[in-house]
Amino acid sequence: MAFIEAVMQYGFLQKALLTSVMVGIICGVIGCFIILRGMALMGDAISHAVLPGVAISYMLGINFFFGAVFSGVLTAIAIGFVSQNSRIKHDTSIGIMFTAAFASGIIIITMLKSSTDLYHILFGNVLAVRSSDMWITLGISLIVIAAVYLFYKELLVTSFDETMAAAYGLPVRFIHYFLMTLLTMVTVASLQTVGIVLVVAMLITPAAAAYLLTERLWVMIFLAAGIGVVSSIVGLYFSFTYNLASGATIVMAATSIFVLVFLFSPKHGLVWKTLRVKKKRASLV
Amino acid sequence: MKGPAISIQDLHVSYYGNEAVKGVSLSVETGNLVGIIGPNGAGKSTFLKAMLNLIPKDKGDVKVMGRTIKEVRKRIAYVPQRNDIDWDFPITVLDAVLIGTYPHLKLFRRPKKKDKEWAMQCLQRVGMQDFSKRQIGELSGGQQQRVFLARALAQQADLFFLDEPFVGVDVSSEETIVKILKELCRQGKTVIVVHHDLSKANDYFNQLILLNKELIGFGTVEEVFKPEVIKKAYKGQFAFMNEIGVSL
Repeated sequence: MAFIEAVMQYGFLQKALLTSVMVGIICGVIGCFIILRGMALMGDAISHAVLPGVAISYMLGINFFFGAVFSGVLTAIAIGFVSQNSRIKHDTSIGIMFTAAFASGIIIITMLKSSTDLYHILFGNVLAVRSSDMWITLGISLIVIAAVYLFYKELLVTSFDETMAAAYGLPVRFIHYFLMTLLTMVTVASLQTVGIVLVVAMLITPAAAAYLLTERLWVMIFLAAGIGVVSSIVGLYFSFTYNLASGATIVMAATSIFVLVFLFSPKHGLVWKTLRVKKKRASLV
Repeated sequence: MKGPAISIQDLHVSYYGNEAVKGVSLSVETGNLVGIIGPNGAGKSTFLKAMLNLIPKDKGDVKVMGRTIKEVRKRIAYVPQRNDIDWDFPITVLDAVLIGTYPHLKLFRRPKKKDKEWAMQCLQRVGMQDFSKRQIGELSGGQQQRVFLARALAQQADLFFLDEPFVGVDVSSEETIVKILKELCRQGKTVIVVHHDLSKANDYFNQLILLNKELIGFGTVEEVFKPEVIKKAYKGQFAFMNEIGVSL
């Protein structure tokens, strides 16, 4: 209750709440495509790869959004280039490229002697969200949701059967990089709420929970967004009440939901599956 | 419109310098049911994908219905190998078939009621209408393959390409699939199938492409399905087949 009163009272908390709810939604939506395409590691990579872009943006005094999208997309292209032009496998290429980008980001920020900023970029500080950040997040959210709504057909078919999509003439390579760009934008929006290190959890954990609950993609997208929102609110509550890092509490909230779903999902839940097996075996005795 | 459905001139494909398809030239007339056969590693799937420009080719010219592949993509239906598909994907049987209507839908358009009815008709044709609400992973191998054939039918294509459609498929599904493919040819469509074994090849197809990196034989089943031609493609494996008493 104290939390609700505080939300009514403090502008910074309202901004934090709105921003993290929006982040919960878009992470859930994009996360669905990320896990269905087997790109969870790519999500982790891109989120880390925005660091040098953010650092350089600070240095140049421009909005960090532009630098982050630039370095994120550049890394995605570099990953694709190395794996397509050598025997290096995709996951190895991801490992090489994103750590390189991340390391260069750390060096740049350290040279700028701004270690507090580094801490906030890495782990998020949702309670310090400024109005401008909130508007950027809103803008990104609208773009991401519109893109997924308008290109739903194309995203579905390229995620499900890429060869068929290419056979009937869809530009699958372009769609891949388009999705990577959306992913980068989502990561940037999540910087202040959960921080670079934990963005991947917001991308894949709610989506993975939703994946265990339904057999339809659009339902999965709505569920993932919903789980993302609940995690954000619950996480923010614990962050505010017990003075904990918001990224960590939001991620732990999402993880708790995942564990519940993993155990009790009506169709895929571990508990019911085990019970069904036991029952079947008992009936055969 | 009669004339060659596909004509291929001197097609070469390689992976990092290793040649997988060497200088294949042939021309398939409209209305044929063509099997691509050959030993493992003969480049059958590679040949199919290169024909469709799904993988880069080193050299060669492919014309489909007299045009470049780019111009006729929407008149082509492609059915991938079953193990290329993620069967845990959250999609129902009907929605998977509905994807077959996508090539003819404009950007930003969703499938409408009539598209769904059409998808249902295609499911009926392969005898899978009772499974429309199931998740695709709940089906048997043969049922899955029939659903993917239904998706190809939904595309209303003139040219059908199927990559190993009979692997892990039960006998009755195989019969259903072959029956539909033969119907398609009678309707003037052209069907090209990568087929993994020689058995039944002579029953299923009216033309054969025998491949072992190079084109070993091409023509009617009677012309290609002869021991001396088959032997040329299967070389080493043939001695073994003789040993275990298989005769051709």
